[in-house]
Amino acid sequence: MESPRFLSRSDVIGLAALALLLVVILPLSLDVFRLNLVAKYLTYAFVALGLVLCWGFGGILSLGQGVFFGLGGYGMAMYLKLEASSVENTKIQSTPGIPDFMDWNQITQLPLFWQPFHSLTLTILAILIIPAFFAYLVGAAMFKRRVGGVYFAIITQAIAAILTILIIGQQGYTGGINGITDLRTLKGWDIRPDHAKVVLYFVEVAFLFGCILLALFVRHSKLGRILVAMREKEDRVRFSGYSVANFKIFAFCLAAMFAAIGGAMFTLNVGFMSPSFVGIVPSIEMVIYTAVGGRLSIFGAIYGTLLVNFAKTSLSESFPQLWLFGLGALFIAVVLIFPNGLAGIWRDHVQPLIDRMINKRKSGSDHHNGKSFGPIADGAPAE
Amino acid sequence: MLIGHQQPDFLLAVEGLTVSFDGFKAVNDLSFYVEENEIRVIIGPNGAGKTTVLDLICGKTKATSGAIHFRGKDLTKMKENQIVQAGVGRKFQTPSIYEDLTVFENLEISYPQGRSVFGALAFQRTAAVRERVEEVAEAIFLKDKLGQSADLLSHGQKQWLEIGMLLIQDPDLLMLDEPVAGMSVSERVKTAELLHTIIKDRSVLVIEHDMKFVEDIAHKVTVLHQGQILSEGTMDTVKNDPKVIEVYLGH
Ligand SMILES: Nc1ncnc2c1ncn2[C@@H]1O[C@H](COP(=O)(O)OP(=O)(O)OP(=O)(O)O)[C@@H](O)[C@H]1O
Ligand SMILES: [Mg+2]
Repeated sequence: MESPRFLSRSDVIGLAALALLLVVILPLSLDVFRLNLVAKYLTYAFVALGLVLCWGFGGILSLGQGVFFGLGGYGMAMYLKLEASSVENTKIQSTPGIPDFMDWNQITQLPLFWQPFHSLTLTILAILIIPAFFAYLVGAAMFKRRVGGVYFAIITQAIAAILTILIIGQQGYTGGINGITDLRTLKGWDIRPDHAKVVLYFVEVAFLFGCILLALFVRHSKLGRILVAMREKEDRVRFSGYSVANFKIFAFCLAAMFAAIGGAMFTLNVGFMSPSFVGIVPSIEMVIYTAVGGRLSIFGAIYGTLLVNFAKTSLSESFPQLWLFGLGALFIAVVLIFPNGLAGIWRDHVQPLIDRMINKRKSGSDHHNGKSFGPIADGAPAE
Repeated sequence: MLIGHQQPDFLLAVEGLTVSFDGFKAVNDLSFYVEENEIRVIIGPNGAGKTTVLDLICGKTKATSGAIHFRGKDLTKMKENQIVQAGVGRKFQTPSIYEDLTVFENLEISYPQGRSVFGALAFQRTAAVRERVEEVAEAIFLKDKLGQSADLLSHGQKQWLEIGMLLIQDPDLLMLDEPVAGMSVSERVKTAELLHTIIKDRSVLVIEHDMKFVEDIAHKVTVLHQGQILSEGTMDTVKNDPKVIEVYLGH
């Protein structure tokens, strides 16, 4: 038996193919507006990536990933908003130096929980730690009590609903339904012009690759195999000496952290954050992206997210009312007909074709190793 | 209630163990003792509470009252994974293996190392791990199936795989719930052979219906009936006990 390496051959090919698409093809072929749209879609890919680990491998379906996306996004937005609300910029307010929406809500002093977001370092720490810590609390409370499956999904959904209501209700502290808008600079660097958008796109792609590498590392570690084992036979894992709850908590926290990074990237690339990215609907949409891509495939999740969002944009431009039905139909189709999503289609139909072509070309010479590889075919469970 | 402490040569001391499911006592004031290196077989009719006894020992079910001492530790106060780490291994009645993983990976997960979250992340497939997996695979007749996905195994092979997963844990007390159920005759023979090799240097608690098999391996037999001990002793004693003949062996 060969050791599972950190990166298998199919991973390297997958990374190269994705890099080609995101670093070369899309930037060269799209204008800044479209590239910025891709940047927006890719922020959801962080969430989908986390869902592959947590749901695909670990079997823990969370319908509340918007919560962590939102926490990351709001963290970044709070920092940018404070920078945009310098005394100079806000001197027409009755209390200069605080965000405009606070002033409109008769708040005269920056709330205590906003203070740390004056510092970029603290903001970054908050983006990485607060969502993961919150996931830890939720995970510990649920998994230690053996709450799982549908009940866990419903609870995460309830949390998403509660957080949305909280954000909307506390307008003076959060910007309410409008969210935190009118963001301008990051450490003095204007994030709004076209060249900034291009830079931010590449920064995001770099972070995405970082997260993909981390996910691949986890997937190829024994922890990754334990997640799969747990999804199948939780008791067998428990009675092999593992604390099942701790492994679930880990997967959930990591997924939360990925989602939070995606959220922070959303704020930077799109320029605002609002409760409409926190609640039940966006959380479910993110699960659908993962399912369409193939919930067992790290790369599939990225392609699934991009594809569904391209479809969403083009469809909702022409038939806005139809989109939600289309999305629902897509989800049902994926679950019923293609349970392994795009990655499964690739693995079962496209890859064999390519393999056959390669084999034909080198027939007679060295034989093919039979192992499928390809940009999104890393999800074969028993590979 | 302190017998377990007074006689430390018992590996396992179950005393006054009772569990009630909504008033129904599946195990009722049960006491028995297993010595080091003893092979104990529990028999009894369907629903006698045999599986429940194993559930109680390994922590899957919490006792209503009573004590279970293993090497002086009270198992009723420990979590499942702590009980495993203390040296108790358990095979389930229906083969419980990971079908999405290979035979190798199934065995590797049970290797007693890297059991914490970060331990599992850092776990390396070292030569020692590989050797041990191969050694166990050889013992369970699956050496040439290591790279194969576990869902392709036959029912009997799955049972062996689960036994192998326990073996690799190297428990001091091995609990097997109907290890030959659903096996062909030739598989039964091989399993008996397998059990004879793996029971060295450890105690084994086996539940089994197959009388020939029981006779073949048991040191001592405990007959359960309606959650209580009906009879206990060597196979011959038990076989000739009129109470046992009446409720169990008679038909
Ligand atoms: N979790 C539970 N809740 C309620 N009743 C239970 C539970 N577990 C077991 N029982 C009941 O306890 C009794 C004993 O069950 P157990 O599975 O221990 O029997 P068994 O001796 O292993 O039988 P078999 O030979 O069929 O495997 C049965 O009547 C069963 O229905
Ligand atoms: Mg039973």
